[in-house]
Parts: sequence; structure tokens; C-alpha cells
Amino acid sequence: MNGKASAAGTEVGRAGGARRRTAVPRLAIEFDPVSDRVPWWMPIAAVLAALAVCAAFIAANGLDPLAVYRKMLTGAFGTRFGLTETLVKTIPLLLCGVGVAIAYRISFWNIGAEGQFLAGAMAATAVTIYWPDLPAAASLPLMTLAGIAAGGVWGLMTAVPRAYFRVSELISSLMLNYVAMLLLDYFVFGPWRDPGGLNFPGSPMFTASQSLPAFGGTRLHFGLVFAIAAVLLYAFLFRCTRWGYELRLIGSNPEAARNAGIRLNRHLLLVMLASGGLAGLAGMAEVSGVAHRLMYGISPGYGYTAIIVAWIARLHPLGLVVSAFLFGGLIVGGYSVQTIGLPSSTSEMLQGAVLFFVIAGAALGRVRIRRAG
Amino acid sequence: MTLPYALEMRGIRKQFGSLVANDDVDFAAKTGEVHALLGENGAGKSTLMCMLSGVYRPTAGDILIRGRKVSIRSPKDALALGVGMVFQQFRLVPTLTAAENIILGEKSSVWRGASWMRRKTEEITAVAERFGLGITVDRPVWQMSVGEQQRVEIVKVLYRGADIILLDEPTSVLTPGEADRLFETLLKLRAAGKTVILTTHKLREVMAFADRISVMRKGRMLKTLNRLETNERELAQLMVGRNATGAVRPEAGTPGKPLLEVEGLTVEAGRGRTAVRGVSFTVREGEIVGIAGVAGNGQSELAEALAGLQAWSAGTIRVCGREWKRASVRTAIESGVSLVPENRMKSGLAGSLGIVDNLLMKTYREPERSRFGLLRGRRNREWARSLVERFDIRATGLDTPVRQLSGGNQQKLLLAREVDRDPKLMIAVHPTQGLDIGATESVHRLLLGLRASGRGVLLISEDLDEVMQLSDRILVMSGGSIVGEMSRENADRERIGLYMAGLRAVPGEAAS
Repeated sequence: MNGKASAAGTEVGRAGGARRRTAVPRLAIEFDPVSDRVPWWMPIAAVLAALAVCAAFIAANGLDPLAVYRKMLTGAFGTRFGLTETLVKTIPLLLCGVGVAIAYRISFWNIGAEGQFLAGAMAATAVTIYWPDLPAAASLPLMTLAGIAAGGVWGLMTAVPRAYFRVSELISSLMLNYVAMLLLDYFVFGPWRDPGGLNFPGSPMFTASQSLPAFGGTRLHFGLVFAIAAVLLYAFLFRCTRWGYELRLIGSNPEAARNAGIRLNRHLLLVMLASGGLAGLAGMAEVSGVAHRLMYGISPGYGYTAIIVAWIARLHPLGLVVSAFLFGGLIVGGYSVQTIGLPSSTSEMLQGAVLFFVIAGAALGRVRIRRAG
Repeated sequence: MTLPYALEMRGIRKQFGSLVANDDVDFAAKTGEVHALLGENGAGKSTLMCMLSGVYRPTAGDILIRGRKVSIRSPKDALALGVGMVFQQFRLVPTLTAAENIILGEKSSVWRGASWMRRKTEEITAVAERFGLGITVDRPVWQMSVGEQQRVEIVKVLYRGADIILLDEPTSVLTPGEADRLFETLLKLRAAGKTVILTTHKLREVMAFADRISVMRKGRMLKTLNRLETNERELAQLMVGRNATGAVRPEAGTPGKPLLEVEGLTVEAGRGRTAVRGVSFTVREGEIVGIAGVAGNGQSELAEALAGLQAWSAGTIRVCGREWKRASVRTAIESGVSLVPENRMKSGLAGSLGIVDNLLMKTYREPERSRFGLLRGRRNREWARSLVERFDIRATGLDTPVRQLSGGNQQKLLLAREVDRDPKLMIAVHPTQGLDIGATESVHRLLLGLRASGRGVLLISEDLDEVMQLSDRILVMSGGSIVGEMSRENADRERIGLYMAGLRAVPGEAAS
């Protein structure tokens, strides 16, 4: 049924209402009514296309694109320091990426991972502010829980209006990002500002018992375990569990799910609790494992990049790991090209271009080109 | 000079992906005739019409209008060639009036003052009156009956200068009375020299008014016949490929205990519309109760209420003697009620998921299928494989998205799921819609099998033949009420038709 409706083909070739036809073969673009499968190489092609387009911009800046890309590559993956830095960036991207991927599985367009991340970071910091002298065994679990809970609540703030008042989650989750950002500014410029911090907009440094342990003298911290556990749980959830099955059903056809006795709203709330909770956990890990304080600009847009990460991975668990790692590398690589006179926003440009081509690739996956007589 | 054919199609082929909707179709309509395209659902009639009206483009083949080869790229092109189409789903803006709908998209003048509007309205009224199409031009479309909306559509194509008029399943939404009125209109159009082509799968209509009849089956054109030289029997044979006897029905059994008792059920459909009004009936063990009626007379809402999907405002539903407190799908599933929904892909199946996941939909909560919150993967796959075999579902694999299965296999999959649960009561809504004859028969056999094993079936269908063939008792719904009830023995088409049209007062008959 709906296949037919979308199957109206468009013809390329000659325009206008020509009445008489010649024997010139024409190409017809048609939408395949049944299959929207995207070939496996599409994300790779998208990345290559993005690199090609950005090369033009780099060349326009008077630099050799190949040299820049090489520098980004070695900066991100070529050295021990670069590699651990990349992994450090991978942690929040992966946690937020898994978070949004869960929501996207049921077609809930959560673009508020950034806000949920910040909410988690703030809640974890609140624990350090109000209970500064707890031992590590108490403060770290408490901070973790607070981070997850705050992220989850931030997520619920978009899920509840959507479930009960049909408020578009796109708008509410996006707007709540700004609320979280401004709230963070308020705390770090106001009540939580480190009195000994020379006016730096940040909370006091965390103590050792408030910081996640790091691995062997690097900046790589325990959050990596959180991230890996999250991916494994995510894969297990959708592959093996009853809840995962219900979510797959909702994602594929909500009306059929309703006919199977599944209460959509309840699942929506649970999913957003989990989705926001994971982003909140990422926020906690970032303040406690990397920055060791809450500060202005704590996130360089992890929550937004996570959306790209999830899309490129096509919500696949292994894909999430790969794309989070690549985008972590892109951020680190972006820092490294600053030394040769390119702004670090080059990497943001690349991110945007990659997303553009991935979405274009997904749309083109439904299109078949054939010769029309 | 008059050309023999107003319209000709030669060697038309249309493919959607791997699906061939039309295969090497030749078709021609004479100027000034009413030509019926006859075929079952899915025979490719609508696709053919859509190519004439510029919605689709043929993959191969030629279209000739008045003897000239043309390329129809859009509905606008079609109209420029004098071809106008009345779609099955009307293309009207509900909040605009009939006149506003008709002039919508007209680009003839920039300034549209009151006098311009008045002139247009007069022109439209003139067109409508010439063909006896009574419409109220200044009334918003949403206030109109379906029949009147259809007349607006017809006036629209006439006003835009069409002289080849295509109608896609024009009677599917009409009551018998409205349909008769439509036929009169069509004859008037013919008298005015217009060429009318319409699609239908209803034999009796075709025999009533068409000049020539072209029969399609499975995307192919079989034959074009003169009405005067054929009969219903021959047409039916052509249409379905053999004598349309269908599944053999065993003789009347003795119905057992009541399974479903509905009393005074009233369902509100929102916006103050009452969809079901005080409906009462009983379905017993070993019985098929058919509900006939024109679509949109409360059948869907009734089915939804009985499946626990829709809350009701008054009345009671009792299943196996236990009264339902409120609408709950879980209660319905657990008390053994199965639903074959109206539109299987929209509400019965999850198109992007595979066969196993679709089969699990109603039973995944049971300990057989899942334990400790985990699905029993291997066991479920084996179970799914056995069902695929038992119900003869043709698919390339257990993980193929079910969207890629054919309509018949999708329905078999859905029925496999519902029948395997061993339901006490099966509610089947249009269970054979869009299926070919083979699939239809296997669906019928399944329903009769349920009846034979002492289950109850509530069959809601628009297809009167189906209802009459399968049901032990037939109820007729109109305007949300049950307006007639009859047993299988004394059911006849004409009386059911009258009931369907909402004429309750049939002498000597006790309507509920």
C-alpha cells in the first residue's frame, strides 16, 4: 500500500511536456517500494565524500589537504598521547551515542543529549559541593547515581510532554539543552565558583576521592569501563531481552505494538530515562575523570556529536564503538592542526559534512536508477 | 471526424522494484462509452488508471489519446489532454467549499474578487446541472456525505474540461442507493459524448451499466467483452481464473455455549461522533457470525472495542461469561480473543522486522517464549520455522523483513500467529482484502477450521459474497447500529443490500 504511494517515479532527461518521443534512452529514478536497505559501504563512502569536500576548503585556505589530513591522523592515532586522548574523547561520545541510539530505536528523536550530559555533570558536582568530605567508596557511587538520575530526569522532561501532551520532542529536547547550558553558567559563575580560582568560571577542583581512577598515569579513566558496559548492555538488550523485543516492535510499527498489548507511553518514559541516564553518566565521567571540576564549556558539543555517531553507526552496537572512536579522533586531530594555522573548527566542519553525506546516502539507498524506454 | 478510440494503451508494463503491477497490457476505450475495468483487488486496475492520469509512468509501452501518441508526465499533462481522474480517496480540502475545491490550483487570474468568484460559481453550477450532479457549491466539503463529495470530484474533472473520465473504484465507498445515482450520472456523461472508464471488482454493477468490460487478472489484460454478449458467470470465471465456488463449507453444526456476548455497546469515535450505537449480539462456540455493511458504518470501531483497543462509553462486553471492566489489549489477548486487523501492514505486522519477531507479537510474554525477561531465541526460531511450514508461508528466510513478502504470505503469517495461539474467539476484519484467490481460499479454510474445532469467529467484511459464503448468521451494520439479522438459510443479497443502505423498515422483518 504505502509502497505504491511513494513509488511515483520522476524522470530525468528532458524537461517539458514533449508529446513526441525519440528513441533516446532515458534514465528514470524510482523509489523502491519494498527495500530501503543501505549498502554496508555507504557510511565509508560518506566519510570519504566528506573528506573530499573539506579538502576543497582546506585548499582554499592555502594549505595542502593531504598534509592536513595526515597531521590529523597522526595527531589522533599516531602517538601514545594522541591515542589515549582519542579514547578519552571516545568515552562521552560512546555513552551519549548509545543513549541517543536507544531513543532512536523507537523513533524518539532525542537531540537533547547535550543537556542531559550537562545535567549529569552538574548533579555529580553538586555531590562534591554539598558532601565534600565523603570517602571515595561513598562519593564516587553517589556521584555516578546522581549523574545518571539527573540525566534521566532531564530526558523525562522531554518524554513526559511528548507522551501526554504530544509536544514535539525535537523542540523540547533541543531547548532544554540551552536551559542546561545556562544553568551550568549560573553555577560556575555564581554559587559554585572556586573562591581560590582567580575568577576562573569553574567549581573547586575535585579531591582524589571524588575523581574516577585513571589508568597508569594517563588521562584515560574508569569511564571507559562505563562506556564499554553500556555498549554491551545495549547490544544484549536488543538482541536477547523481552524489553528489547518490545522496543524493536515499537520502533518498527507502533500501532502493531499497541495491538500486541504494549503500552507505548510507559516504554517511551523508560527509554528516555535510560537515554538521558547514559548521557548523564557521560557528564559525570567527564567532570570526575577528565576535568576534575565543573567548568564553563565542559562539553565541546559531545551531545550533538553523539547524534552523528549514532547515525553513522546506523544504531548498530559495534558501529557505535567504531564511529565514537573515529569522532573522538576527529576532535583530537582538530586540536593538532591548530599548530599549522587551521582553526580547530575544521574538525567540526568535517563532522557536519560526514553527517550530511550519511543522511544523503541513507536517502539514496531507497532510490534505484534504471533505463526507461 | 470521429476516431474509433478515445484512448489506447499498447504493451503497457509497470514495475515497482521487483513487483510487476502491469505486464504487457493492451487496452482501448471507444469514444462515448462506459468501459469497466474488472478485476480483483491487486489485479493492476488502479495502476493502469494511475498511468493514464499521470500519477505513475509506464515502465514500457505506449499511450495514445485520440490516435496520437502521448507522454503523460503529471496529472496536469493528463488534464491538458482531456483526461481527468476521480480517485478512490478523494483529493479534496475538507475545510474549503465545493466551489473553492474545484477552482483550487487554477491559474487563470491573479485578482479574485467577489464577482470573479460569483462567475466561477455560476460556471460550476452550470456544469453540475448539465450532468445532473446535485452539489451545493458553497458548502464546505467536510459537511458533505461521501456520495456528494464524489460528485464534487466528478464536477471538478468536468469543469476542468476532461472528456475522458477515469473513476477508480467509485462504488467502494457508496451505499447501494448512492451507487445507483452514480450510474445514472455516468449514463448522462456517456450521452454527452464523454468517455467513462471505471475500475471495479463488483460483477453486478458491471452488468448493470457498462458498455464494454475489460477483465484483468494478476497484472495482465485477459479479454475485452461486450456486455450484451457476456454474463456474470463468464466474467467471474475470467476474473478469478476458475469457477468461484471457493472453500467447501460443511453443513450447519450446532452452536455451543456463548463465547462473546455484547450488550448495548456504544463507542464514541471522538469529536462527538458516535461510531457504534447500542449494538447487541452473541457469538457462540462453533459459529461464524458475519457482519456486513458499507465501510465506515462502525465496523472498525466495533472490532477495536472487542480487541481491547478502544474504550466504550456504554454497554457490556462478556467473553466466556466474564465481563470486561475496561478496554485492555492484554485482557483481550489473555482471554483468548484474536484480531486479524483491517490493514495488516498498518496495524498487524511490523514491516521492517523478520518473521520470527512478527510471529512472537502476541505470545512473547508466555513462559514458552521468554524466561526471566529474556527471549528464548533458538526455541522461538524452531517454533517459527514449524509455523512457516505448517501455514505454507513463502519467504526467503526467517529474517526477511515481512514487508518484502507478498500480500498473501503476509496475511498467512498474521493468521498463523493468531491461529497458533488457539484463540477462543477470532475477530477477522476484511481478512481477504487484496488477496488473490488462492490465498483467499486458504484464509477461508482456516476460518472454517476454527469453526469446526468449536471456536467462534466474528467476520467483518465488505465483501458480501464472503460473508454469505462463510457465516452461520449475518448481521448488517449501518450508521453504527445493527439494522438486520438473518440466518444463513434465509439470507439474500437484495435484502442485505437494503439493510446496508440503512433502510430498516423492511416489512415483516424484525430489525434489532
